[in-house]
Amino acid sequence: MKISMFHLMPHRELPDDFEERYHSVWVDPPFHELATPERVGDYYNWTLDELMHAADLGFDGICVNEHHQNAYGFMPGPNVMGGALARATRGQDVALVQMGATLPTTNPPIRIAEEYAMLDCISGGRLVAGMPLGTAMDANMGYGITPIEQRERYYEAHDLILKAWQSRKPFPYNGKYTQLPMVNLWPRPVQQPHPPVWVPGMGSLSTWEFAADQGHCYCFLSYFGHARGKAVMDSFWEFMDSKEKELNPYRAGFLQLVAVSETDAQAEKDYEKHIKYFFEKCLHIAPEFTPPGHQDYRSLENNLRRMLSQQMSEQQRLSDWSFKDYVDNQYVISGGPASVRDQLEELIESLRVGNLMLLLQIGSMPHELAMKNIELMATEVIPHIRHHWTDEWENKWWPESLRGGRQMNAEAGVAAVAGGS
Amino acid sequence: MAAVSERETTVWQGKVQSRALVAGDGPPLVFFHGAMGLTWDPFLDALAESFTVYAPEHPGTTPGLPDAIKPIDNLWDLVLSYYEVFDELGLESPAVVGHSFGGMVAAEVAATNPSRVSRLALIDPVGLWRDDAPVKNWMATAPDKLGPLLFADPTGPAAQAMATPPPDPETGIQIALRTTWSLACTGKFVWPIPDKGLKKRLHRITAPTLILWGEQDGLIPPVYASEFENAIPDARVELIAGAGHLPQMEQFEQTANAVRGFLSG
Repeated sequence: MKISMFHLMPHRELPDDFEERYHSVWVDPPFHELATPERVGDYYNWTLDELMHAADLGFDGICVNEHHQNAYGFMPGPNVMGGALARATRGQDVALVQMGATLPTTNPPIRIAEEYAMLDCISGGRLVAGMPLGTAMDANMGYGITPIEQRERYYEAHDLILKAWQSRKPFPYNGKYTQLPMVNLWPRPVQQPHPPVWVPGMGSLSTWEFAADQGHCYCFLSYFGHARGKAVMDSFWEFMDSKEKELNPYRAGFLQLVAVSETDAQAEKDYEKHIKYFFEKCLHIAPEFTPPGHQDYRSLENNLRRMLSQQMSEQQRLSDWSFKDYVDNQYVISGGPASVRDQLEELIESLRVGNLMLLLQIGSMPHELAMKNIELMATEVIPHIRHHWTDEWENKWWPESLRGGRQMNAEAGVAAVAGGS
Repeated sequence: MAAVSERETTVWQGKVQSRALVAGDGPPLVFFHGAMGLTWDPFLDALAESFTVYAPEHPGTTPGLPDAIKPIDNLWDLVLSYYEVFDELGLESPAVVGHSFGGMVAAEVAATNPSRVSRLALIDPVGLWRDDAPVKNWMATAPDKLGPLLFADPTGPAAQAMATPPPDPETGIQIALRTTWSLACTGKFVWPIPDKGLKKRLHRITAPTLILWGEQDGLIPPVYASEFENAIPDARVELIAGAGHLPQMEQFEQTANAVRGFLSG
């Protein structure tokens, strides 16, 4: 297994009645009513400290991503965070999983090729190059990308970036969306022929096709847990099988919300309000901010049929859910170390995933509690589950120099606990 | 109701297939539909009483041909491809009527090659922009907020006809699919701000032009009517009382009479 900590960098202190008072957490929430730049500075620094804590304690990777104009998770420049983390983890064998810079909204897209190459150089070849399509809220509403062109822009940007990394000679690039007279990338990435590429997705067939054809790792980013993720991942593996691809578990990644405490009862006490905050406020997204065209025709038809079969939207149902509902429905894996271990093992086996990304700072979870969650995960859970798949499969989608695996750093954990008390 | 027939058109090096609905007798009239797709309605029936109406569907919006949008990269391609559609339909210089997004297309076609349009009628067209009266973003508006933007009377019969749920779920899916994909395809030429330089081209239009505007258009405020009037050399404005963005639905008779009267004049 490769187990990384994923951070969204959310607003942690939205008002209790946020979802009643405000139209949407994304696109149009008023910054000055809801935040101050000084306090946001604290959030960014806590985020970096939490990810560094995970790195120090022996997580395999640390993940950041890109989103715009929202209180759900606002790192508009993931490579700004990545730069700080690359420097701060110098000499550590932890991967920088940039999940990542959004291709259709970065122009020209060689900016991503350059910044990722910088990160790979600074980190000594520890970069995982995430290549997201971007949400409709970010790309269409925030950055004005024409919805029906978003996916085509993505494919073109991807091809340009891969070519810019690998071409030995300068080349002119005559694309539909990008034309460049002479591409000659400085610097080049340490990892050859290029850093591993991860493609995040929400379960659409066109993304599977793309990941399979390109030989990239596919990451299913879902907030609805592995019970619901199973149907998607089963179809994914069937699809890979039909394409005669090796069913290497490392070909897939999965995102999971996890909250560990000393006991199951303590977990409920510690985490319930933060989990509810995440689902009720951070996912309070106005549906009209996904304009027509963001989904291709085939996905649109599938989704219309799916919507018809669901009487109520997920969001409406969730407002009454308690901690127990979230845990029973496996949206969140939470409890004492033993429960969390068992559920994660079940997830790993049933989804057949080799790359796990754990969201450990959830919603309003304050810094100290996030640090505790990270520590318990590192000391009580990860040592018991990281052996999965390692004997049978090679993680070809991980920086080569780090494939050997890490040891958990119990000393750093003890020191951090002592320092924090 | 007029007997409506279908005409297939294939243009743009054979890459763009589309459909035109055709009905009526008399001189040729092309109708360009709005962003939500083409519906043959009583307004087109009324026009078909005096004209042979050709209503081509914008690329990609014809049921069964969703990929026809792909080879049309931009507005320039779209405008040129419409001259090829005119050629296929055997139309040299027809009267052209356009509503909303179709109004912008009609104006672009009339401005780019003025000899291809004999008379022009624009109904609540998009295509211009004023910072003090921004056009509402219809692609990112919740359905329950759209009614008041489209209709002078959001509880009136025209609004109710649009809000009536479909007879069965499968029809509902097909309608939603068609409407959403039409918005997606037409959105290719207007997102994110429906101002693609028409203001620099309107002066080229030579066709006598009628600009019709619903007085209570909440989507594109009627201040835009005079913007069009001032920029087009031979143009006059007629405001339609008791209508929003869809005067041909909400005040069907008045709108149809105004268009017929002008085009026959």
